[in-house]
Amino acid sequence: MKVVLALLLSFLAYHVSHGQECRGVLYGRVLDFHNQTPLVGATVYILELEKAVLTDFEGRYRIDGVCHGNYQIELSHPLCRTLLFEVEIQGSTERDFQMEHHLEELEEVQVVGELLPDLTKTAQEQRLATKTLENYSGGTLGDALREISGVSTLKTGSNIVKPSINGLTGSRVLILNDGVRMQDMEWGDEHAPNLDINSADQVSVIKGPAALKYAGDAIGGLVVVERERVAVGDSLFGKTLMTLMSNGRGGNISTEMTRTYKSGWYLNGQASFKRLGDREAPDYILSNTGMQDAGLSLHAGKRSLNQGWDVDYSYYQADIAILRASHIGNVDDLIKSINSGVPSVIEPFTYELGVPRQEVSHHLGKANYYLRIKGVGKWTAQYDFQNNRRFEYDVRVGADRDKPAIDLELTTHTVMTDFTWDASSNLELQAGVLGRYQNNFANPETGVRRLIPDYDKYDFGAFLIGEYRFKDYWLFEAGLRYDYNQIDALKFYRTSRWEERGYDEDFPQFVVEDLGSQLLTNPVFEYHNFSASAGMRFTLDAVSDIRANYALGQRPPNPSELFSDGLHHSAARIELGDLRIANETSHRISLAYNRNGDRWGITVEPYLNYIKDFILLEPTGVEFTIRGAFPVWSYRQTDARLAGLDLSGYFQWSENWESRHHFSLTKGNDLDQNQPLINIPAPITRNALAFTKPQWHQFEISLESTYVFRQNETPPNIFVFSPSEQELVELEINTPPDAYHLLDLRAGMEFALSETLVLNTGLAIENLVNTNYREYLNRNRYFADDLGRNVILQLKLYY
Amino acid sequence: MKTIKLLSLFTAAILALNSCSSDDDPEPVNEEEVITTMTITLVPQSGGAPIQLESRDLDGDGPNPPEITVSGNFSARTLYTGSIVLLNETETPAENITTEVEEEAEEHQFFYTLSPSLSGSTEYINVDGDGNPLGTEFAFSAGDESTGTMTFTLRHDLKKPNDGTLSDAGGETDIAQTFDVVIE
Repeated sequence: MKVVLALLLSFLAYHVSHGQECRGVLYGRVLDFHNQTPLVGATVYILELEKAVLTDFEGRYRIDGVCHGNYQIELSHPLCRTLLFEVEIQGSTERDFQMEHHLEELEEVQVVGELLPDLTKTAQEQRLATKTLENYSGGTLGDALREISGVSTLKTGSNIVKPSINGLTGSRVLILNDGVRMQDMEWGDEHAPNLDINSADQVSVIKGPAALKYAGDAIGGLVVVERERVAVGDSLFGKTLMTLMSNGRGGNISTEMTRTYKSGWYLNGQASFKRLGDREAPDYILSNTGMQDAGLSLHAGKRSLNQGWDVDYSYYQADIAILRASHIGNVDDLIKSINSGVPSVIEPFTYELGVPRQEVSHHLGKANYYLRIKGVGKWTAQYDFQNNRRFEYDVRVGADRDKPAIDLELTTHTVMTDFTWDASSNLELQAGVLGRYQNNFANPETGVRRLIPDYDKYDFGAFLIGEYRFKDYWLFEAGLRYDYNQIDALKFYRTSRWEERGYDEDFPQFVVEDLGSQLLTNPVFEYHNFSASAGMRFTLDAVSDIRANYALGQRPPNPSELFSDGLHHSAARIELGDLRIANETSHRISLAYNRNGDRWGITVEPYLNYIKDFILLEPTGVEFTIRGAFPVWSYRQTDARLAGLDLSGYFQWSENWESRHHFSLTKGNDLDQNQPLINIPAPITRNALAFTKPQWHQFEISLESTYVFRQNETPPNIFVFSPSEQELVELEINTPPDAYHLLDLRAGMEFALSETLVLNTGLAIENLVNTNYREYLNRNRYFADDLGRNVILQLKLYY
Repeated sequence: MKTIKLLSLFTAAILALNSCSSDDDPEPVNEEEVITTMTITLVPQSGGAPIQLESRDLDGDGPNPPEITVSGNFSARTLYTGSIVLLNETETPAENITTEVEEEAEEHQFFYTLSPSLSGSTEYINVDGDGNPLGTEFAFSAGDESTGTMTFTLRHDLKKPNDGTLSDAGGETDIAQTFDVVIE
């Protein structure tokens, strides 16, 4: 932590110390002696002038306002031996330095927080640092990601939070957990990512499908969750975080220890536990919204310059209760709930988790090896295993009361390997292949017809990406990727559904066995996906650049889009997949202007995403059953256009006062139907004013305002026949809630208890004035208000 | 070399995993909680042919709507004793769900809604263990000659006792069926 601070301070120092009289400039790059890769975060210090600068992500530095003369330059980097050079500066002087990277290989020792290199060089990419993540220790990954302009969340209540990037979510947003693509049934709207936010040290968001190294189907984008890379050395350190919150009357505790050795060995362990009771809206208890989760992760490995390996295991388990009032009998109950304005069930506060409820668990195991071949490049290989289990408990009666209604087990094995050629200083090439096998098992013991069938899935992928640097200021990036998917399912269809969908004419070859009222079928589908990306970056100066990128992404349909066939009680709707759905293709053009100065900074990110054969779920009609009428939601494909603008910036008003600003706008259109797309986030603006006084034990306090506009562009409501009214009534399922404004207050202080022990205390009050509001992207908005005031106390101990 | 080894290991693993899972077909699920059929038999107390109202939906949540039949017209100014039988006909022999409802009588209740144009009234006959109405047995008193609808609603996990209206009772709907009837 101290190193970062020192580096940041020296970075600031450079900007403050602009001399005006002399016009000489010293600039150049600091490169690794062995492979000529740029060294990020090296300090270039002119001893005589006491001027220091930090090298940027390309190892570039620049010192202005130097008078003609001979100077002593001190070059330091956390992982290299400090060097002294003698330099004559006359006018504009270019000088490249080389440092011997003794301790560790650059990419493997990404020392701390802010210094990790970008994952793509030309796409829109934003990052959350460890400190921000720690603020959300008692929340979810999705909550933390909302700090990034253009990221919103699709929620079910307040505990099930799915990230949505520029209006796209689910299978279009890929989550990469420490180099492993999460396979956690991301297809469901009420399926949150199965990972513990406390296991992450840094999270990056890449908007759009540009990061071809990882996937070509991340049409919305990529959320990259990373762990801190540990430096080689003999040390033992750790931290413990405790969060207590008033809303839910609970909290969480998380602890982490890391041991490193001079020989390159390291061990790291982390565990966390969270417990919350019923959450509260300003006016009532949100009955059955408690939760409990636990996470554990263990890492070990040995790293050296030429080779290294890691083994990792992580486990996540969550029991999440879902608002009792959101369980609906039929369309009349839904109309009743929407019209009444208050939840139909309000009971006294309890920690008990009743029904509906989901219990999920995720095991992830990984082994990774790298080998650096001198003068050529680096080879890596990785195997990972994931096991995801999901139980969903519904409101049931009789002997089945305690049986889950959904019991799915998803098992995935992945191997991948890639090679990077980085011997040349301005050209880097990377190529790799991937193979994956996945099995889904739907347990028939539930006594409920399977929503998602048993299937085997095989994936194969290959990519080639390259980047070329030209004249120091230009960087070009391009890539190609091909993915093959095969899905081989065994699914029971009701004979009546099979015929109603017209499958008896289109897919008679799939029928394996006729059981009278049901058919056993064996649909097998293959998909070929091509993706590509091309972009450039122009560095304007040490603090600003312009990026442009075009990305082509192709995504095959997920099991839900193909096979869904059943009644969703939580939404009182029948959801129908379609076997005819083919892959969707996205063309995304994005621009970005970034400026990261010491006094002010701004990021402007406009984009246009045209998606051919966009797969969407929408209301299409009504079906009658003995329980009454249910709206039918069917998947269909259309051409869609998403366009928007994300803005963020900061301004340092004085030594102690800073303001931060975010704005984000997304427009989504269904081009075939000429109507707005469903579930597009409303425009949002967040503005914060912060006061910091490092002298008072790092005191900081900030007030943040979040204003969410009303989403005026939604698809039309549907009309359904209400048996109790005996007439057609409008089901206001798409009517958006009103705009709302929230205030959050945050304060923190830090105390050094001893030389190696630091205590950081934080107090936050979310929804300070206890505003009643409902959010368009919360699936429980029909039934209850969102969360009321929440007072959060946080203690962080670093040792 | 290592790449090749790894890849071949992986291929072998896939083959091994595949061969042990591909042969056994999954078991079908026959839903047990499904109510496919509701038969309401109304016997005139003064004697005569009973009237039967029936809703039958053999594909449950499937696309086919329930088949609704009404065996005849009610006689004006006549008292009928009604009984409701619920069946799951996806199983053979058909499972009688009425027994299950009666076993958990405290958590269930039937509601009868007559459209305003229909002349008549209903009354509960059977009650649960707490003395609150259950309503698998009821009385229907047909009034003057008229036409209209009778709606039968079964709710579970509802508020008991309630004021007899669906809105006060809350809970969740197991059955909601409407029959067009004539009193002559």
